[in-house]
Amino acid sequence: MTTMAADAGAYEAVFDAALAADERIEPRDWMPDAYRASLVRQMAQHAHSEIIGMQPEANWITRAPSLRRKAILMAKVQDEAGHGLYLYSAAETLGTSRDELLDKLHTGRQKYSSIFNYPTLTWADVGAIGWLVDGAAITNQVPLCRCSYGPYARAMVRICKEESFHQRQGYELLLALSKGTEAQHAMAQDAVDRWWWPSLMMFGPPDDASAHSAQSMAWKIKRHSNDELRQRFVDICVPQAESLGLTLPDPDLRWNEERGHHDFGAIDWNEFHEVLRGNGPCNAQRISQRRRAHEEGAWVREAAAAYAAKHGEEQS
Amino acid sequence: MVLSHRLGEWAGHAPVLEEEVALANIALDLLGQARVLLSLAGDEDELAYLREERAFRNVQLVEQPNGDFAHTIARQLYFSTYQELLYERLARGGGPFAPLAAKAVKEVAYHRDHAEHWTLRLGDGTAESHERMRVALESLWRFTGELFEPVEGCEVEWDTLHTAWLARLTSVLERATLAVPEGPRRGAWAAGAGRQGVHTESFGRMLAEMQHLHRSHPGATW
Repeated sequence: MTTMAADAGAYEAVFDAALAADERIEPRDWMPDAYRASLVRQMAQHAHSEIIGMQPEANWITRAPSLRRKAILMAKVQDEAGHGLYLYSAAETLGTSRDELLDKLHTGRQKYSSIFNYPTLTWADVGAIGWLVDGAAITNQVPLCRCSYGPYARAMVRICKEESFHQRQGYELLLALSKGTEAQHAMAQDAVDRWWWPSLMMFGPPDDASAHSAQSMAWKIKRHSNDELRQRFVDICVPQAESLGLTLPDPDLRWNEERGHHDFGAIDWNEFHEVLRGNGPCNAQRISQRRRAHEEGAWVREAAAAYAAKHGEEQS
Repeated sequence: MVLSHRLGEWAGHAPVLEEEVALANIALDLLGQARVLLSLAGDEDELAYLREERAFRNVQLVEQPNGDFAHTIARQLYFSTYQELLYERLARGGGPFAPLAAKAVKEVAYHRDHAEHWTLRLGDGTAESHERMRVALESLWRFTGELFEPVEGCEVEWDTLHTAWLARLTSVLERATLAVPEGPRRGAWAAGAGRQGVHTESFGRMLAEMQHLHRSHPGATW
């Protein structure tokens, strides 16, 4: 799209026409301030989630029960750092910087996905995160590959490929446990029991209580409502749980012939809001570890900057 | 395997995101090399998870705790420089480790490059980073003698390997405005001890963490 139009109204008309024609908005195109702000908010939150999301899984790297599983987990945590890097770069095309966004994360002015405020208590949690949490993330993120903002959409294409791989690995980990010894099976079931409801909460508040949804859909940042995506996720998970030989912790879960979907029980929105408010099991721990890594690394970043200034090296 | 484990402890704690990626990447390469080596000797998981401390043959250098970023880089510099030179020789030698060494040498060349770049940045960065790097190099120095103790089954000229290692190290440290540490590194405990199954105190604790889950479920597959 062109930015040669004469006044604000004309710019807006060009922007609206591009959206209507399903064209991509690119960094140098004119865009409404609110569109820009909304994208920065969403992309930053997404990047932060990748970075904070490394913690619950990295918690098990040193205790992984086989060398093969350890290699898979290390590769996954490395991918997450890489996803964080793509997403911060994509957000930077909107005129912000990684430092600024990290500062907002560290001071609690920007959020990350509430799911990462739950603890990983057993090895099976690594599998449950892969299957359920990455599964929910993919359901959310695949439509973002068609999001109206070009750099975000392109980042998501790459990220979704790697995430689907992680999700299959998580499923395979749980399957090995489920078909293993009695103790391993029990470990897998316990993990699914603890991660199921928090995973459903990853789709955000119900449609009638979602503050940003309508506008995001009008801007074609979002393509489906929270409740639609949540339903799609439940429908995908039920047969997968069956083939895993595990149950989902919801007595109200059943197939509804009329709707052609699974009905499921009520989500505890009170818990969801408590976690968002900072009162989840690991909120304080996650942020303080992130802040500590940043603060303890300050002298390293200063050294790199000083060296670059002396030697004209590209700063890394 | 032991160094890979130590690097894995950095996940989620690195000073910049790029280093989260780099350290995990190096850890993965090393784990891959270890798995090939262990599989040549037997079952990789049995060897990793069911041996006790006294049966491990790793050099003491790689089991040293991460410390600050400078300690991790100093350990990495000493070891990857050594690994690259050793693997070059093993690859040329045509012995049983030649195929593994030929593949691994490309990976460790990257590890050595990474360690050298950070040695330069820290050594020639700020006063604080220079001092931290100096302290790290000094404190790990006494574990470097062991690297050049002959290993049974490895046909390598250890003296020329040592000379080449020292020359490479000296040139990097000079560029980093640092000096090669002085002091003993062939003392009674530091020389050859790890290869004989005698380790430092933190190693047992590392193994306790690493092996706990595997040992809690005897005979299980994962």
